[in-house]
Amino acid sequence: MSKVLVVTSGKGGVGKTTTSAAISSGLAMAGKKTVVIDFDVGLRNLDLIMGVERRVVYDIVNVIHGEAGLNQALIRHKEVDNLYVLPASQTKDKDALSEEGVGKVLDELREEGFDYIVCDSPAGIERGAQLAMYYADEAIVVSNPEISSVRDSDRMLGILASKSRRAKEGETAIKEHLLITRYAPDRVGTGEMLSVEDMMEILAVPLLGVIPESNAVLQASNAGRPVILDDSTDAGQAYEDAVGRLLGEDRPMRFIETEKKSFLGRLFGRS
Amino acid sequence: MGLLDIFRTRSNEPSAKMAKERLQILIAHERAQGQHRTPNYLPEMQKEILEVIRKYVHVEDDAVKFEVEHNEQFELFELNITLPEKLEGGERQSD
Repeated sequence: MSKVLVVTSGKGGVGKTTTSAAISSGLAMAGKKTVVIDFDVGLRNLDLIMGVERRVVYDIVNVIHGEAGLNQALIRHKEVDNLYVLPASQTKDKDALSEEGVGKVLDELREEGFDYIVCDSPAGIERGAQLAMYYADEAIVVSNPEISSVRDSDRMLGILASKSRRAKEGETAIKEHLLITRYAPDRVGTGEMLSVEDMMEILAVPLLGVIPESNAVLQASNAGRPVILDDSTDAGQAYEDAVGRLLGEDRPMRFIETEKKSFLGRLFGRS
Repeated sequence: MGLLDIFRTRSNEPSAKMAKERLQILIAHERAQGQHRTPNYLPEMQKEILEVIRKYVHVEDDAVKFEVEHNEQFELFELNITLPEKLEGGERQSD
């Protein structure tokens, strides 16, 4: 049985694509046959983050319009077995994706035996974002510890609960997960940043993971290599934990505590 | 430098707390207002209730406030009517 997983947030720039790339790679490394789909029609970027931008020939819109077969459009990742990328189209046509067309592509992917279908949502709550979450079984809501991001995440949770296929057809609700990104424990310690507990209290969604603010994320996107592939980095390890939890493992949260400085260290040290 | 930082940190302390408080108020409000969590019969019911009230008392549109509150276990529907100071048309039994 395939699981459709949407990575969404409402707000832009919080790390949806980074998360889609990392989570899909992690699932594939755990032996699950996984495809990650870019729903940001007109502004595709997942191909860059996944490092497959030079191998894009066909995209999801071509498949929907019957201009290419699914297997022609799917890009097999060279480094990670079991991992495929379905790129977005660069067309400016906003109506290039339809509910019916997306449904057809997802059905075909199910027939191909994919365990996980990861949908990378565009920012906003327009058509692309709605289609990315429409067929979802589970949702990862990505949020920064920042006031506008938390608000938009709450809006998105409302949309998942009312506008998705599961909501409309009265099935069991989409399983929601909160993933906090760009977390800086030292700033939480000084009271400048919302804490994990604050965000969980406000959003009331089970926590999938906390990704620390990390240089590794920029380096990973520069190199076109999902950050989870570098398990020596804090962000890579945090994503690995999140994938473990997604697969039902119980793992303690890491990277949420700041290293405690001694009293003298605080007195004389520079932060 | 380090010594001063301790005091400076103190004065920064409330900003995350402020963020949390503002968010809690805002989100509670948006959840109550958002169509997705408000029953869709509400506007119609609101209109009918207003009509019934007007059979007996003349009230302005803004004298009637409807609110739906969501709790974990139940939803609370709150109706607040401010009656005009002098009741028109109503017969008083005493006096």
